[in-house]
Amino acid sequence: MKRSDIALWAAALILAPTLWPSAGRAGTAADDYQNYCAQCHGTMGTGQGINETAGGLSVSPRSHINAEEMSKLSDEDLRLGIAEGGDALQKSGLMPPWGKTLSSENIDELVIYLRKLCKCVGKQ
Amino acid sequence: MRIRWIEAPAALIGGVLLMVSAIAEVAALDGKALIEERCAACHDLTGPAPATFEGLLKRKAPDLFYAGSKFKRSWLVGWLRNPTPIRPSGVMFLNHIVVEGGKDRIAADTLKTCQANLDREEAEAAADHLMTLVDASMKTGVIDPAKKFSTPKGRRLFTKQLPCIACHTAKFGKRTMGGISGPDLTKAGKRLNPDWVYARIADPQYWDPMTWMPKIEMSHRKRELLTLLIGSME
Repeated sequence: MKRSDIALWAAALILAPTLWPSAGRAGTAADDYQNYCAQCHGTMGTGQGINETAGGLSVSPRSHINAEEMSKLSDEDLRLGIAEGGDALQKSGLMPPWGKTLSSENIDELVIYLRKLCKCVGKQ
Repeated sequence: MRIRWIEAPAALIGGVLLMVSAIAEVAALDGKALIEERCAACHDLTGPAPATFEGLLKRKAPDLFYAGSKFKRSWLVGWLRNPTPIRPSGVMFLNHIVVEGGKDRIAADTLKTCQANLDREEAEAAADHLMTLVDASMKTGVIDPAKKFSTPKGRRLFTKQLPCIACHTAKFGKRTMGGISGPDLTKAGKRLNPDWVYARIADPQYWDPMTWMPKIEMSHRKRELLTLLIGSME
């Protein structure tokens, strides 16, 4: 499957108004997901990014399309995990902290994007 | 008459030397012209680095406008003569991904290796010019490559306390391990200027605003340890 196909899949999957790749805009949640998250979590959010499938990770990344697992986390958990890394959630330290790379607005949008990927709501 | 006999050969030798010198000057390769002719089609020689996702996807090869800060000249000369892949996922991994059964993998047939293959003289001239492309604000002399450090501590930092190993392939002893979305670091010590490694870890987005390497705050000691560890990978 080529990159253009991945974008179509992702768009169909989440029914989101943002398409990847976007026309020259940096920082949409879909772009950010592909740029920062997909290397480990996969371009389709399955947890099967290239670093995982190449055998580079000692702990498998979370599947963001697994509604059962994702619904165990609150939106605040997701925010914390993205901003401060896996350690902040007592999960794998292979998940980096992105809080010095992405703005809090970027992270909020990524949380919304993750909820669209899993088609689930977070633990209240 | 004696003086003239002595002067004549001296003048002749002097003239020959002048001619040889002039010919050598004409024949000396212009590294700047060479780089612009052979490398500019793929590499950005002037900057700035892409600041949008779309720009990132369009990048064909690593930026070279700070090559003199980033690389070691000795490595450049060797690599320009015989380029080998450094980035197992290409310059931007998303451009080389295929998905099969929900699993991403890199389509190796889409990766292109630099075709520079310069001869020795060309490589020397090109490296000379690349070494002039520096980032004036980068601090130099920060890292002492000869400084002793604890390899186990460095390894623990690289693989456990920080997520470097998730994206970079590294070699510890005989074991090669790690992810592939970042540049291969197994021979980084031969390739990279330690001061640049230190600066890159400190602020990846300064060098490349859209890089997928996270900025992680850490102490000077930890950053120095990481830099020394990476410098030892040869």
